[in-house]
Amino acid sequence: MRQGALAYGILALLLAAVWGIELFLVPWTDPYLTDIVIRVGINLLAVMGLALVLGFTGQFSLGHAGFMAVGAYAAAASTLYAGVPPVGGIVVGGLVAALAGFGVGLPTLRLSGDYLAVVTLGFNGIIIVLIQNSPALGGAQGLTGLPVATTFGLTFTCVVLGGLFIRNLLVSPLGRVFEAVRDNEIATRSLGIDTTRAKVLAFVVGAFWAGVSGALIAYYRSSIFPSQFQFDRSIEQVAMVVLGGTGSLSGPLIAATILSALPEVLRPVAQYRMVIYSIVLIAMMILRPTGLLGNHELSDVLKRLWQKRPGARSTAA
Amino acid sequence: MTLLLQQLLNGFSLGAIYALIALGYTMVYGTLQLINFAHGEVYMMGAFAALYLAKVSGVADNPTIPGAIVVMLGAMAFCAVLGMTIERVAYRPLRNSSRLNMLITAIGVSLLLQNLGLLMFGALQDFPSLLPEARWTVSGVMVRSNDLVIFGVTATLMVVLTWIVERTQLGRAMRAVSHSRDAAALMGIPADRIVVATFAIGSVLAGAAAVLVAMDKHTIRPDMGMTFGLKAFVAAVLGGIGSVPGAVAGGLLLGLAETLVSGYVSSTFRDAIAFLLLILILLYKPSGLFGKHVPEKV
Repeated sequence: MRQGALAYGILALLLAAVWGIELFLVPWTDPYLTDIVIRVGINLLAVMGLALVLGFTGQFSLGHAGFMAVGAYAAAASTLYAGVPPVGGIVVGGLVAALAGFGVGLPTLRLSGDYLAVVTLGFNGIIIVLIQNSPALGGAQGLTGLPVATTFGLTFTCVVLGGLFIRNLLVSPLGRVFEAVRDNEIATRSLGIDTTRAKVLAFVVGAFWAGVSGALIAYYRSSIFPSQFQFDRSIEQVAMVVLGGTGSLSGPLIAATILSALPEVLRPVAQYRMVIYSIVLIAMMILRPTGLLGNHELSDVLKRLWQKRPGARSTAA
Repeated sequence: MTLLLQQLLNGFSLGAIYALIALGYTMVYGTLQLINFAHGEVYMMGAFAALYLAKVSGVADNPTIPGAIVVMLGAMAFCAVLGMTIERVAYRPLRNSSRLNMLITAIGVSLLLQNLGLLMFGALQDFPSLLPEARWTVSGVMVRSNDLVIFGVTATLMVVLTWIVERTQLGRAMRAVSHSRDAAALMGIPADRIVVATFAIGSVLAGAAAVLVAMDKHTIRPDMGMTFGLKAFVAAVLGGIGSVPGAVAGGLLLGLAETLVSGYVSSTFRDAIAFLLLILILLYKPSGLFGKHVPEKV
């Protein structure tokens, strides 16, 4: 009970901070900077879902941007055709993406993880083709005329909710099951745990937050295009998780923040972006396969640094 | 009826190409249990190598049969070297790490080659005719000389491959390594060298497929290997991953399914059919048409 109260306290505090910044800081900030921060936030949502699927459950999904597309178009369609307000649209986007995740994951997750990579990659491609050929969804020209609702406050409210949701999921018994599936699936199954159910669940939760992320994109610039959700984007997210650390939540979020802001700083080398990502992926796998933070969280690293400082002996012991 | 025959011909022609590429996937998967995502990019690079070879050697201006053979052999040799380099540089350091890490590396190599191709060659280039082309109409069905070339080259390569795998010392070693790498190494088989040979053979087949496709389509693009390669992988799974006749059957089946769907249903769903087939086969016969069910061992 007391722990529950503490959790709600943290949630309230974080949300108060987000809306405090929105109300008192954002109006006086350079719009360009706000734009970058919002786009970082949108990426954070997608990456935390993928960190759960790839980093903690060990399932290689290569179509995360496909679920973003599903979420974005579901949200946009619900607003344009049924008049759902943006906040409702975000929920719709998340739920429809989760449903798509269930549909893709259930048949493929029963088998070895390799097939998941191929099917999700194919799913990403097919979703784009379907949207491009669907007049109701605007085809290749995209959908326009959506209300603009994605602000700093709304984006980071979703980031806080998503981050706490996934963090709580990971420290729950179910989180242990996810990690057990990643470390040794056969051993986990021999303990009587339904590993398919665990994998599908992780996949659905990851798809949900990708859908929320896509919906935020839909309400950001009042228009969406299928080209925004292509395979490049899925790869970018995989690179963020791998770079940050498979088995860490804060690691991928740090990597996502850096890698989403980096292209703004490095405009001149923008055409080499995908080349750099691919070299980073290969080099990381060969030299430090666990990523920057490995399976540690930022808080662990800080704690260790704190204890290592000179004169810390007495408190550490 | 004529339409059906035409579709079947086109389907077999496409399927033969899928089969050539699927063999590369299936052989590497058989020895390393790795989906070599970069295989599609080896195929793409083979097409560009052939283009430059054809331009430099003058075959592009003066198409002849010996010239076409030289270009094809050159592209195949280039692909073999590329495949072996990829294995040595990117995959061998990871031989004992987890399959997820190997898969991520494979994706990395694939992206690297694709984006390097985009930077070096631009979005697309025209590919010249390497052979004089002709077309005949046999009772309403259009038969192109390119189709015959595709069937001829594919059949020849299949026979050579089957001979290598079934009749030579190398083939026996490859089968041993794919059965169990550790046991093969204990019997004195140089497992690493056999893996390299597997990559070389698979890449050679991809190089041949690349020249056949480029001759047929007359345009080549740096992203031509991505979807095409994945579909060829699906063909390999369809036939039973690790099985050589399976890859051929899967390739032909996929080629037929694609042309029939785009001929009778809608060409929009052409690209979706491969993944639909993959999901169906994973649900109902995960070991594929020709694969043997291998129980998981702890």
